[in-house]
Amino acid sequence: MRIAVQSEPFDLGAEVSSFSAAVPGAGAVVSFTGLVRDEGGALSGMEIEHYPGMTEKAIRGIAEEAVRRWSLVDALVIHRHGRLAPGEAIMMVATASPHRVDAFAAAEYLMDYLKSRAPFWKKELGAGGEAWVAAKDADEDALKRW
Amino acid sequence: MIDVLYFAWVRERIGLPRERIETGAATVAELVEELRAREERYQAAFADLSALRVALDQELSSFDAPLAGVREVAFFPPMTGG
Repeated sequence: MRIAVQSEPFDLGAEVSSFSAAVPGAGAVVSFTGLVRDEGGALSGMEIEHYPGMTEKAIRGIAEEAVRRWSLVDALVIHRHGRLAPGEAIMMVATASPHRVDAFAAAEYLMDYLKSRAPFWKKELGAGGEAWVAAKDADEDALKRW
Repeated sequence: MIDVLYFAWVRERIGLPRERIETGAATVAELVEELRAREERYQAAFADLSALRVALDQELSSFDAPLAGVREVAFFPPMTGG
Protein backbone atom coordinates (compact mmCIF):
# COMPACT_ATOMS: atom_id res chain seq x y z
CA MET A 1 0.00 0.00 0.00
CA ARG A 2 1.56 3.29 -1.06
CA ILE A 3 0.47 6.61 0.43
CA ALA A 4 2.08 9.74 -1.05
CA VAL A 5 1.48 13.32 0.10
CA GLN A 6 3.41 15.62 -2.18
CA SER A 7 3.48 19.04 -3.83
CA GLU A 8 4.84 17.70 -7.14
CA PRO A 9 2.53 16.63 -9.98
CA PHE A 10 2.15 12.90 -10.62
CA ASP A 11 1.93 10.96 -13.87
CA LEU A 12 -1.52 9.38 -13.76
CA GLY A 13 -0.84 6.88 -16.56
CA ALA A 14 2.50 5.79 -15.14
CA GLU A 15 1.04 5.42 -11.64
CA VAL A 16 -1.88 3.27 -12.81
CA SER A 17 0.43 1.17 -15.02
CA SER A 18 2.96 0.42 -12.30
CA PHE A 19 0.19 -0.18 -9.75
CA SER A 20 -1.57 -2.63 -12.10
CA ALA A 21 1.70 -4.44 -12.84
CA ALA A 22 2.23 -5.44 -9.20
CA VAL A 23 -1.11 -6.81 -8.00
CA PRO A 24 -0.88 -10.62 -8.12
CA GLY A 25 -4.28 -12.30 -8.04
CA ALA A 26 -6.17 -9.15 -8.99
CA GLY A 27 -8.73 -9.19 -11.77
CA ALA A 28 -9.82 -5.56 -11.46
CA VAL A 29 -8.15 -2.20 -10.97
CA VAL A 30 -10.23 0.93 -10.38
CA SER A 31 -8.72 4.39 -10.33
CA PHE A 32 -10.19 7.79 -9.57
CA THR A 33 -8.58 11.17 -10.19
CA GLY A 34 -9.68 14.52 -8.77
CA LEU A 35 -8.98 17.65 -10.84
CA VAL A 36 -8.99 21.36 -10.03
CA ARG A 37 -12.17 22.86 -11.57
CA ASP A 38 -12.01 26.20 -13.33
CA GLU A 39 -15.67 27.02 -12.49
CA GLY A 40 -16.26 28.51 -15.93
CA GLY A 41 -13.04 30.53 -15.82
CA ALA A 42 -13.79 32.10 -12.42
CA LEU A 43 -10.94 30.28 -10.71
CA SER A 44 -7.26 30.88 -11.33
CA GLY A 45 -6.20 28.05 -9.09
CA MET A 46 -6.31 26.38 -5.74
CA GLU A 47 -4.09 26.36 -2.68
CA ILE A 48 -4.17 23.18 -0.61
CA GLU A 49 -2.94 23.22 2.97
CA HIS A 50 -2.40 20.07 5.03
CA TYR A 51 -1.21 18.89 8.42
CA PRO A 52 2.15 17.19 7.87
CA GLY A 53 2.39 14.04 9.97
CA MET A 54 -1.31 13.68 10.64
CA THR A 55 -2.15 13.64 6.92
CA GLU A 56 -0.11 10.53 6.18
CA LYS A 57 -1.36 8.76 9.32
CA ALA A 58 -5.01 9.59 8.61
CA ILE A 59 -4.80 8.40 4.99
CA ARG A 60 -3.04 5.19 6.02
CA GLY A 61 -5.75 4.52 8.61
CA ILE A 62 -8.48 5.04 6.00
CA ALA A 63 -6.71 2.77 3.49
CA GLU A 64 -6.14 0.06 6.11
CA GLU A 65 -9.84 0.11 6.96
CA ALA A 66 -10.66 -0.30 3.25
CA VAL A 67 -8.38 -3.35 3.11
CA ARG A 68 -10.19 -4.83 6.14
CA ARG A 69 -13.64 -4.28 4.63
CA TRP A 70 -13.06 -5.45 1.09
CA SER A 71 -11.05 -8.08 -0.65
CA LEU A 72 -8.24 -5.83 -1.84
CA VAL A 73 -4.90 -6.91 -3.22
CA ASP A 74 -3.48 -3.39 -2.91
CA ALA A 75 -4.42 0.29 -2.71
CA LEU A 76 -2.68 3.49 -3.72
CA VAL A 77 -3.40 7.08 -2.61
CA ILE A 78 -1.58 10.15 -3.92
CA HIS A 79 -2.69 13.59 -2.68
CA ARG A 80 -1.04 16.88 -3.54
CA HIS A 81 -0.73 20.08 -1.55
CA GLY A 82 0.43 23.60 -2.39
CA ARG A 83 -0.68 25.71 -5.33
CA LEU A 84 -2.43 24.03 -8.27
CA ALA A 85 -3.77 25.42 -11.55
CA PRO A 86 -7.20 24.59 -13.04
CA GLY A 87 -7.13 21.22 -14.79
CA GLU A 88 -4.28 19.89 -12.68
CA ALA A 89 -4.75 16.59 -10.87
CA ILE A 90 -5.16 17.09 -7.12
CA MET A 91 -5.21 13.47 -6.09
CA MET A 92 -5.80 9.89 -7.16
CA VAL A 93 -6.75 6.60 -5.62
CA ALA A 94 -6.36 3.15 -7.14
CA THR A 95 -7.65 -0.14 -5.80
CA ALA A 96 -7.04 -3.69 -6.98
CA SER A 97 -9.18 -6.70 -6.14
CA PRO A 98 -10.00 -10.15 -7.51
CA HIS A 99 -13.38 -8.82 -8.77
CA ARG A 100 -14.56 -5.36 -9.74
CA VAL A 101 -17.30 -4.90 -7.13
CA ASP A 102 -14.79 -4.67 -4.29
CA ALA A 103 -12.42 -2.42 -6.24
CA PHE A 104 -15.22 0.08 -7.06
CA ALA A 105 -16.66 0.08 -3.53
CA ALA A 106 -13.27 0.49 -1.87
CA ALA A 107 -12.34 3.36 -4.21
CA GLU A 108 -15.59 5.16 -3.33
CA TYR A 109 -15.01 4.54 0.36
CA LEU A 110 -11.48 5.96 0.09
CA MET A 111 -12.79 9.07 -1.69
CA ASP A 112 -15.60 9.67 0.81
CA TYR A 113 -13.23 9.43 3.77
CA LEU A 114 -10.40 11.41 2.18
CA LYS A 115 -12.83 14.27 1.64
CA SER A 116 -13.88 14.61 5.28
CA ARG A 117 -11.28 12.80 7.40
CA ALA A 118 -7.90 13.58 5.87
CA PRO A 119 -6.54 16.94 7.11
CA PHE A 120 -6.50 18.96 3.89
CA TRP A 121 -8.03 22.40 3.43
CA LYS A 122 -8.69 23.89 0.01
CA LYS A 123 -8.63 27.58 -0.77
CA GLU A 124 -10.00 28.77 -4.11
CA LEU A 125 -8.10 31.55 -5.83
CA GLY A 126 -9.89 33.74 -8.34
CA ALA A 127 -10.24 37.19 -9.79
CA GLY A 128 -12.65 38.09 -6.98
CA GLY A 129 -10.14 37.15 -4.30
CA GLU A 130 -9.62 33.97 -2.35
CA ALA A 131 -11.93 31.86 -0.24
CA TRP A 132 -11.62 28.73 1.87
CA VAL A 133 -13.81 25.94 0.53
CA ALA A 134 -16.49 25.09 3.10
CA ALA A 135 -17.11 21.45 3.93
CA LYS A 136 -20.49 20.29 2.64
CA ASP A 137 -23.07 18.51 4.79
CA ALA A 138 -23.47 16.09 1.89
CA ASP A 139 -19.82 15.06 2.27
CA GLU A 140 -20.34 14.28 5.96
CA ASP A 141 -23.60 12.46 5.16
CA ALA A 142 -21.77 10.37 2.56
CA LEU A 143 -19.85 8.65 5.37
CA LYS A 144 -23.05 7.26 6.86
CA ARG A 145 -23.59 4.83 4.00
CA TRP A 146 -20.46 2.94 5.05
CA MET B 1 4.13 22.90 27.75
CA ILE B 2 1.91 21.98 24.86
CA ASP B 3 2.25 22.64 21.12
CA VAL B 4 -0.85 24.26 19.66
CA LEU B 5 -1.25 24.24 15.88
CA TYR B 6 -3.70 26.18 13.72
CA PHE B 7 -4.70 25.47 10.13
CA ALA B 8 -6.59 27.17 7.30
CA TRP B 9 -8.76 30.14 8.39
CA VAL B 10 -8.07 29.43 12.06
CA ARG B 11 -4.36 30.03 11.33
CA GLU B 12 -5.21 33.17 9.36
CA ARG B 13 -7.43 34.63 12.09
CA ILE B 14 -4.92 33.99 14.86
CA GLY B 15 -2.02 35.05 12.67
CA LEU B 16 0.37 32.19 13.37
CA PRO B 17 0.68 28.51 12.45
CA ARG B 18 1.78 27.20 15.86
CA GLU B 19 2.84 28.21 19.34
CA ARG B 20 3.97 26.64 22.60
CA ILE B 21 1.65 27.26 25.49
CA GLU B 22 2.00 26.80 29.22
CA THR B 23 -1.46 25.77 30.34
CA GLY B 24 -3.24 24.27 33.31
CA ALA B 25 -6.28 23.38 31.22
CA ALA B 26 -7.65 19.91 31.96
CA THR B 27 -9.67 19.62 28.76
CA VAL B 28 -9.67 21.00 25.22
CA ALA B 29 -12.68 23.18 26.12
CA GLU B 30 -10.73 24.72 29.02
CA LEU B 31 -7.78 25.41 26.73
CA VAL B 32 -10.15 27.13 24.29
CA GLU B 33 -11.47 29.31 27.14
CA GLU B 34 -7.90 30.31 28.06
CA LEU B 35 -7.12 31.19 24.45
CA ARG B 36 -10.36 33.15 24.00
CA ALA B 37 -9.53 35.24 27.05
CA ARG B 38 -6.17 36.25 25.57
CA GLU B 39 -6.96 38.55 22.66
CA GLU B 40 -9.59 39.54 20.14
CA ARG B 41 -8.01 37.43 17.35
CA TYR B 42 -8.41 34.26 19.44
CA GLN B 43 -11.97 35.26 20.25
CA ALA B 44 -12.61 35.60 16.51
CA ALA B 45 -11.05 32.22 15.70
CA PHE B 46 -12.90 30.35 18.46
CA ALA B 47 -16.23 32.19 18.19
CA ASP B 48 -18.16 29.15 16.95
CA LEU B 49 -16.87 25.77 18.09
CA SER B 50 -19.33 23.93 15.86
CA ALA B 51 -17.29 25.26 12.92
CA LEU B 52 -14.08 23.80 14.36
CA ARG B 53 -12.46 20.41 14.71
CA VAL B 54 -9.68 19.40 17.09
CA ALA B 55 -6.94 16.78 16.89
CA LEU B 56 -4.91 15.56 19.87
CA ASP B 57 -1.49 14.16 19.00
CA GLN B 58 -2.65 13.96 15.37
CA GLU B 59 -5.84 11.98 16.05
CA LEU B 60 -9.28 13.57 15.64
CA SER B 61 -10.81 14.19 19.05
CA SER B 62 -13.48 16.28 20.75
CA PHE B 63 -13.68 19.46 22.83
CA ASP B 64 -14.52 17.58 26.03
CA ALA B 65 -11.44 15.35 25.74
CA PRO B 66 -8.83 15.52 28.55
CA LEU B 67 -5.43 17.05 27.82
CA ALA B 68 -3.42 14.93 30.26
CA GLY B 69 -0.35 13.53 28.47
CA VAL B 70 -1.15 15.33 25.21
CA ARG B 71 1.81 17.00 23.48
CA GLU B 72 0.17 18.48 20.38
CA VAL B 73 -3.26 20.06 19.95
CA ALA B 74 -4.45 21.21 16.52
CA PHE B 75 -7.47 23.37 15.72
CA PHE B 76 -8.89 23.58 12.21
CA PRO B 77 -12.11 23.86 10.19
CA PRO B 78 -13.83 20.75 8.81
CA MET B 79 -11.51 19.10 6.32
CA THR B 80 -11.91 19.47 2.57
CA GLY B 81 -9.67 16.85 1.01
CA GLY B 82 -10.18 14.70 -2.07
